[in-house]
Amino acid sequence: MPTETEAPVTESLSFREVTRRYGALTALERIDLDLRPRELTAVVGPSGCGKSTLLELVAGLQEPDEGEMRREPSAYMPQSDLLLPWRDALGNAALALECQGVPRAEARRRAVPLFERFGLTEFEHVRPAALSGGMRQRVAFLRTLLQGRPVLLLDEPFGALDAITRADLREWLAGALAEEPRTVLLVTHDVEEAVFLADRIVVLSPRPGRVIADFPVDLPRPRSVTGMAFAEHKARALEALEA
Amino acid sequence: MRIALALTLVCLFVLAWQGVASLDSVDDLTLASPVETVEALNDDWGLLMDNARVTLVEVVLGLAVSVVAGMAFAVSMHLLRPLRDAAYPLLVGSQAIPIVVLAPLFVLAFGYGIGPKLAIVALICFFPITVNLLDGLRSAPPDLLKLMRSMGASRLRTLRSVELPAALPSLFSGLKIAATVSVIGAVFAEWAGADEGLGRLVLLGNNQLQTPRVYAGIVILTVMAVGLFALTALAERVAVPWNRKDAPA
Repeated sequence: MPTETEAPVTESLSFREVTRRYGALTALERIDLDLRPRELTAVVGPSGCGKSTLLELVAGLQEPDEGEMRREPSAYMPQSDLLLPWRDALGNAALALECQGVPRAEARRRAVPLFERFGLTEFEHVRPAALSGGMRQRVAFLRTLLQGRPVLLLDEPFGALDAITRADLREWLAGALAEEPRTVLLVTHDVEEAVFLADRIVVLSPRPGRVIADFPVDLPRPRSVTGMAFAEHKARALEALEA
Repeated sequence: MRIALALTLVCLFVLAWQGVASLDSVDDLTLASPVETVEALNDDWGLLMDNARVTLVEVVLGLAVSVVAGMAFAVSMHLLRPLRDAAYPLLVGSQAIPIVVLAPLFVLAFGYGIGPKLAIVALICFFPITVNLLDGLRSAPPDLLKLMRSMGASRLRTLRSVELPAALPSLFSGLKIAATVSVIGAVFAEWAGADEGLGRLVLLGNNQLQTPRVYAGIVILTVMAVGLFALTALAERVAVPWNRKDAPA
């Protein structure tokens, strides 16, 4: 039986020589990038390198100034959770379906199984103000999944959290994605997070953002942040960042 | 505790009032003491209540008209940028109209019935409701609007699910102001020409040098305004539970 969140496999999502400017400022310069279906690609780079611009281009919230893009329907998860304070957790996740025209009661009903699968059932009727930062991000992630799009765009999803919650949440996310494989574009400035989660790491240069490294992460899952292989991957990304 | 503090201040105010009114240098015709006012409330209770009922109906209906019109106007202005640009100066202008001057003209045009009273109350309440709701509708965070767009939400969906709920606290701020000024509006309207109502009774009492009755009328008008304010605040607590300042997070 198909689940609520099941989404078609990506055909192709690619950037060809894509440049994006804001007035005199070049945010992204001649970006070439292909996302492979059901892979998690992590984009790392210093702040201001155009990471968020990259995501908004894929999401269709912006258009490139030069170059060509092939897009796939995508679900965008912004940096802050942006949960509606007047809706409970279930209602916030269900908003994704309501935006597609599903009536409220039915949208809520269809969000319930997802809360069960990810162990959030007891938080269904809690308003965001009473949820911890980590819980709010989980609810925001469920809202992203419920859009039922083949591509997920995650913009620093753990950026606003403390270190312990971050570590906790990235394991949760790895587990969630193992269950619900998607094509994911994750933007982060945290190299460890990238190595922990990604199948592939793309390093962007400081502004204007260009691709300066692009390599696979061949580590078995579930991953642990300790061990030689993990450290080597981390060092490789860090070297590229510092070059 | 909060109620006790408020009551204490009211008691102090009444005591000071009594003190000033008891001074020999204060003319009984300009200032009735609280005791005289209570006596007037007691003696004229039936008369005062009959007229208060008339005024209350004018206030409540006038408020209702302005809430419906104000909300419709604010939402239309919010959705249609050209309408907002075009109508905003007119909206501000509507508040600058001296109601005292306008009220007799309304009565001249529409007679002594309830019509002109509703129009004046509604006119005076329209501005705070419309302007506050309009500001509230624009207060939704831009990132949230961007998220709604990325989820494929229609304009109306965003209005219903995001902008209107986000605007509720502002709307209630406007309603609270409207609730209090609505009573002033009704009094002006009755002064301009009416057969009944507390405003008219107060005006007549003034002319007939029945100062205690005037003060009794003022007390009832004040209670009416405070009551409407309290009802609005109560409605806000029910309608906007997530925004309660004293509630635990």
